[in-house]
Amino acid sequence: MASSDSDLSRDTVPSALKILVAGGFGAGKTTLVGSVSEIAPLSTEEVMTEASYGVDDLSGVESKTTTTVALDFGRITISPSLVLYLFGTPGQERFWFMWEELSEGALGAIVIADTRRLETCFAAVDFFERRGVPFVVAVNCFDGAHEYEAEEVRAALTLDPAIPVILCDARVRSSAKQVLLTLVTRVAERMAA
Amino acid sequence: MQAHDVFDPGGDPHGLPHRDAVGGYGDAEPGDPDGPEAGPLVRPYVIAQGRDHADTVKLDMISVVIAAKRAEVDEMALEPEQLRILELCRRPLSVAELSAHLDIPVAVVKVLLSDLLNRGLALARAPYTAKSPVSRDVLQAVLDGIQRL
Ligand SMILES: Nc1nc2c(ncn2[C@@H]2O[C@H](COP(=O)(O)OP(=O)(O)OP(=O)(O)O)[C@@H](O)[C@H]2O)c(=O)[nH]1
Ligand SMILES: [Mg+2]
Repeated sequence: MASSDSDLSRDTVPSALKILVAGGFGAGKTTLVGSVSEIAPLSTEEVMTEASYGVDDLSGVESKTTTTVALDFGRITISPSLVLYLFGTPGQERFWFMWEELSEGALGAIVIADTRRLETCFAAVDFFERRGVPFVVAVNCFDGAHEYEAEEVRAALTLDPAIPVILCDARVRSSAKQVLLTLVTRVAERMAA
Repeated sequence: MQAHDVFDPGGDPHGLPHRDAVGGYGDAEPGDPDGPEAGPLVRPYVIAQGRDHADTVKLDMISVVIAAKRAEVDEMALEPEQLRILELCRRPLSVAELSAHLDIPVAVVKVLLSDLLNRGLALARAPYTAKSPVSRDVLQAVLDGIQRL
């Protein structure tokens, strides 16, 4: 009964790709996602399993806890057969376990650096570097913050010279778009290498 | 100093903190994908369906779902949330979007959906993954799509 129907509709189901937008608290993740998304950023709750060791267990035996994490995301329809999702992901180290799940299959990542507290993006840089996830660093230029050159940020982050560092204003679509283009170009370069 | 001088990483004129390149954290502990899906939240739905996780279709947060067009729906056999999923999925939506629109956690949406998939009432398309990476053509399409924004 359903066989011809499913064959028919399967062609009309697009495939999806995702890009992660990581950065510290208030770095501008949701703003950047909103600037390029065709929908107002949506929020979803994912329950993730986290291993914990002997914290509340006298025997010190490993136990599992679940944590609910709110993620916001936006969408860019590339074509009828391709949709791109951008996921804003919290930057704190305690979310490592979640990045593991989120980064699986990700096209790449944007690390938003907030120069008012640059150290809040260190964990994300460490993570993507180790995992071999292609990433770019977007330096979000906040009003009143001291303006740094991209190269100063690169040096402070001890980045591989091949990793693009760009200044941006996450509120401005053309600027956020440039960050995305830089990332996808970087992914293409790595693919060619 | 000449303008084209390479920036000296040792100098730290404005006091940006420096990242330790060795990486400052221990090995991340991967979540167990076969572990309990989502604790207590999922339970009522699982019980209501009289099904266990054995027949749960592997769904990703960005699996894209569409309602089967000409399928006959026995409304009495479904949860109200499942009917809403079918309604929303007249156009393709991801698991994450369904979760956001219905205000139901992703893990619960996955359980409700896998039942719909098993009944042939909806279709899902798996996203690109490390095992099925994007082609150059797809990357070019992404670049063109972003350029058009
Ligand atoms: N001046 C300036 N302000 C910005 C920029 N990007 C974001 N903001 C502002 O900074 C604040 C925080 O931005 P969000 O996008 O909410 O940051 P976030 O990273 O999503 O924050 P959390 O999800 O709470 O961690 C908001 O008030 C934004 O309007 C920017 O490029 N320049
Ligand atoms: Mg946010």
